[in-house]
Amino acid sequence: MNILDPQGPIAAANMTILIDSIAIMLAIVVPTIVAIFASAWYFRQSNRRAFYWPDWEYSGRLELVVWSIPALTIILLGGVAWIGSHQLDPARPVPGTGQGVTIQVVSLDWKWLFIYPDQRIATVNTLTVPVGAPLHFRLTSASVLNVFFIPQLGSMIYTMNGMVTRLELRADEVGNYQGLSAHFSGDGFPDMMFDVKVVSEPEFASFAANTVKSDHVLNGDSYRKELLKQSVPKDKAIYRLDDPLLFTAIATQRIPPGPGPQEAANTGASNVR
Amino acid sequence: MFGKLSWSAIPFDQPIPLIAGAVVLVVILAVLIWVVVAGHLPYLWREWITSVDHKRIGVMYTLLACVMLLRGFSDAIMMRAQQAVAFHSQGFLPPAHYNQIFSAHGTIMIFFVGMPFVIGLMNLVVPLQLGVRDVAFPTLNSVGFWLTATGALLVNISLVVGEFARTGWLPYPPLSELTYSPGVGVDYYLWSLEISGIGTLVAGINLVTTVLKIRTKGMNYMRMPMFCWTTLASNLLIIAAFPILTATLAMLILDRYLGFHFFTNEAGGNVMMFMNLIWAWGHPEVYILVLPAFGIFSEVVATFSGKPLFGYRSMVLATMAICVISFMVWLHHFFTMGAGPDVNAIFGIASMIIAVPTGVKIYNWLFTMFAGRIRFFTPMMWSIGFMVTFIIGGLTGVLVAVPPADFLLHNSLFLVAHFHNVIIGGVLFGAFAGYTYWFPKAFGFRLHEGWGKAAFWCWLIGFYVAFMPLYAVGFLGMTRRMQHFDVPEWRPWLMIASIGAGIILAGIICQIMQLVVSIRHREELRDTTGDPWDGRSLEWATASPPPAFNFAVMPSVTSEDAYWAMKRRAREEGVKEPDYGPIDMPRNSPTGFVCAFFATVMGFAMIWHIWWMVIVGFIGAFATFVVFAWRDKDEYEIPADEVARIDRANRAARRELITAAGDL
Amino acid sequence: MTDIAIAHQLPGLAEAAHEGPASKRIITGYGFWIFLLSDIVMFSCFFAAYAVLQGQTAGGPSGAELFNLRNVAIETIFLLLSSFACGMASVAVEARSHLWFQIAMAVTCVLGLGFLAIEFREFADLVARGAGPSRSAFLSAFFTLVGCHGLHVSGGELWLLTMMAQVFAKGFRADIQRRFLCFALFWHALDIIWVAIFSVVYLLGSAA
Repeated sequence: MNILDPQGPIAAANMTILIDSIAIMLAIVVPTIVAIFASAWYFRQSNRRAFYWPDWEYSGRLELVVWSIPALTIILLGGVAWIGSHQLDPARPVPGTGQGVTIQVVSLDWKWLFIYPDQRIATVNTLTVPVGAPLHFRLTSASVLNVFFIPQLGSMIYTMNGMVTRLELRADEVGNYQGLSAHFSGDGFPDMMFDVKVVSEPEFASFAANTVKSDHVLNGDSYRKELLKQSVPKDKAIYRLDDPLLFTAIATQRIPPGPGPQEAANTGASNVR
Repeated sequence: MFGKLSWSAIPFDQPIPLIAGAVVLVVILAVLIWVVVAGHLPYLWREWITSVDHKRIGVMYTLLACVMLLRGFSDAIMMRAQQAVAFHSQGFLPPAHYNQIFSAHGTIMIFFVGMPFVIGLMNLVVPLQLGVRDVAFPTLNSVGFWLTATGALLVNISLVVGEFARTGWLPYPPLSELTYSPGVGVDYYLWSLEISGIGTLVAGINLVTTVLKIRTKGMNYMRMPMFCWTTLASNLLIIAAFPILTATLAMLILDRYLGFHFFTNEAGGNVMMFMNLIWAWGHPEVYILVLPAFGIFSEVVATFSGKPLFGYRSMVLATMAICVISFMVWLHHFFTMGAGPDVNAIFGIASMIIAVPTGVKIYNWLFTMFAGRIRFFTPMMWSIGFMVTFIIGGLTGVLVAVPPADFLLHNSLFLVAHFHNVIIGGVLFGAFAGYTYWFPKAFGFRLHEGWGKAAFWCWLIGFYVAFMPLYAVGFLGMTRRMQHFDVPEWRPWLMIASIGAGIILAGIICQIMQLVVSIRHREELRDTTGDPWDGRSLEWATASPPPAFNFAVMPSVTSEDAYWAMKRRAREEGVKEPDYGPIDMPRNSPTGFVCAFFATVMGFAMIWHIWWMVIVGFIGAFATFVVFAWRDKDEYEIPADEVARIDRANRAARRELITAAGDL
Repeated sequence: MTDIAIAHQLPGLAEAAHEGPASKRIITGYGFWIFLLSDIVMFSCFFAAYAVLQGQTAGGPSGAELFNLRNVAIETIFLLLSSFACGMASVAVEARSHLWFQIAMAVTCVLGLGFLAIEFREFADLVARGAGPSRSAFLSAFFTLVGCHGLHVSGGELWLLTMMAQVFAKGFRADIQRRFLCFALFWHALDIIWVAIFSVVYLLGSAA
């Protein structure tokens, strides 16, 4: 999960900006820290050789330098930030081989549901994607705020109930990676890790073809019964997607948000519609 | 009859909070019994609890902060211990419990350690530095302190009666809404902060009015000590930002209590609005904390370098710039919410711009040291430790201000390391420097240097050992608030971090030892003149501790570094005894304490839905104000010869300082 | 050098500090103004929430369907007249007239109560029609913003009655005069906020 070991162009670009920014700042920071230690040591009271200017409290030239150094650094970094924010906007499409795969992501308490509307399949806590293809993520939450994050593939993005966020990624190396939720969402939050399997195009095609033959069906009813309640699943279920508009129903709250802990019923909370 | 409250609210089945609560209860009872039996209660009531003296209130704020530091730090030790062992295991803290601990840790450290510490030091020092007798509204000052204490009390009660919030220190909805947090935890959080928020606002109004309207003759704005400028900036931020917190928490309260839909998933509530509102408060909040620390460093570095602060006007400009810009950066707390590239980039750049005046301050402190004669007393050690540590924290801050970098690091342990870097390295080191620097002024004797330096080194080393690994594990993808994990790469770093927490614990023990030893040896450490450090500003012109009226005659100021100039003049021209006159001082009042008592009652009653108790509490609070408004004598007079007697004693002690000329 | 320069360019600034601490009346008024500014910041948050949630009617009624502008007009007149009466009370304090002070304050009180009565009836009516604050985010924001103002007016009434009692019992003492100054500022500020509310909430809401 090392962000310094990117496996896709977004993560690589983010990392480059990260390292470049650190380097730019270290160029200022290291000499400053050295100067602080040097001054503190040289001008210690016991050093009688050091000169003492008890009334020196202003120098216009020095002020100019002192304001300029941080200002110039920030101007440089500001440029990096502006350009980087635009080039690496999460919703900005990433070129790749083929049409790409659309994956609809629903964060639940406390698991991830991945719906592949075009392939008519869905999986829980495992994300299988083809290498080199653009990945179009559309994300929402069934309940509370969460953050979808695959450190080695790139940027993280919030998931919120009643809203759809967008993320465009691409994976460039075949392999197994990990993703997680990067926003605390309750008691089962630490278990919201998921596997990311980047496979070749033919392998992906056969994965989709096999999964769609499953008798485990995902539609509004099975979603409500099996996934919506608060739980940490023991296994990573796979489904045939029965209702291609399931994600839309979740995102527009036609399927209402997930319930809270069982106690909600006991306190007679009357504002839960 | 008692709302939702019942015996099941006490965690009989959870050993850790039960034992911790029992220990605390026993300690409190023991202290109370000792106080009463040894006959100290009248003294405490008269001199401290009902005091409206800014010096006493400042000390009480600081004491509150120190006590709560122990509570918040125990939470930290538990968190580090849990993360050190919870690899492929549930550790020793189940999720419900761990989640309360990290929520309480953050809440306590920010609201009941950071805020009271800086407000306490500002209260103690600012009127003295301005050469005046008290703050603008002394009784209100007392109210503000006791309301803050109420908030702290409520948070601690949640340990043994009910539960605390399990949402993190900022209760993001929908998790904090009734649906997903049906217990009383979030309610404890909300009422505790609404009540103490009023206290903070009151302190803000008081200090701004004091700095702007109550300064001694001749003290123009450009002759004020730097600490007063940072006090002004910080309290302007309090006045502008805390109402936002009050409003936002009120909206969440309405959602939870009356079924409103500000932030619910249903009926049109808007979670993103909470994020914007809470961080519009939250970002100025961290500057409220750090600006007074910057002011402390300005004082300490100048004093212990034997030189005036370098670039005073530039420092003033930088301080006010930070004050203003801090309101324009709040979105950097949620770059990953998907606002779009233009918005993200603008807020990113604004966040970086704040680094400019901050950098200017660091350079000005550096040039203050340059060509000085530096004395490495403990406050100076904290200052140098701060400079280096804060620069690193600032670097990582500017780093996460770059949106693409933040897309990888948001909410990770890198972020956690960053904000601890700047809060510990900035706010806490500053508070400790101020505590050590002004302790002799408050109590009349210095703190033991040896233990002080030991504490400093333990904190410094402990901080780096505890938090540098967190930067590393943030790079390895770990996110914050995980009760357990199973990624093997993270494990070694977390174990090192827990060792760091242990080293910091040693530092805290050194600080406790320092206090104990200093009190034992207070005669050897006595500050006889009132000027133990050869200071530059007016607080050192009066006795340690100062008399109730601070200055027998309010000094007349003709330059910056007013007291340094006074000493110089005294050496050259000698000193004349002033004309003493009677002084009117504000009378003590139990209003603050009693009002806070009723606030505690109301808060507790609100949390547990005991509606009749809320009404009783409200009537009590209102009655307290009316009783206060009805009093006829609000001042007492100190006769001229009493003033003269007190002042002459201090002048005699100072004669040595004045005649020992040129001994620098 | 710099201090003299400042004294020349900004004489007010230099002289103010030169004198030493300001008088109690100035300090009290200043502090209270700052409190009012903080209160306005709090109201701004509720205004902002209202603006954000204005359209979130969750299939329920919108402002245009609910607001009764005639009531709003009456409320406004009551509040404006009460501010006038409060101003008369200030004049009475200057003239040290106990009788006119109590009369003016009583008028202020009654007008304020009239405002509150109409507002309370409006709220009760909305709740009875199923347009209470838990119906939708828009209604939550409406009730909170307008209700917060109403709560401030209610608190102001308590303060008003206390001031009447104080002056009756102790006369126009210096500290009571300072408190009355603060009360008057508070009452007038509430008027200003009401103007903002009826413009932003009722007028704009009804137009939509």
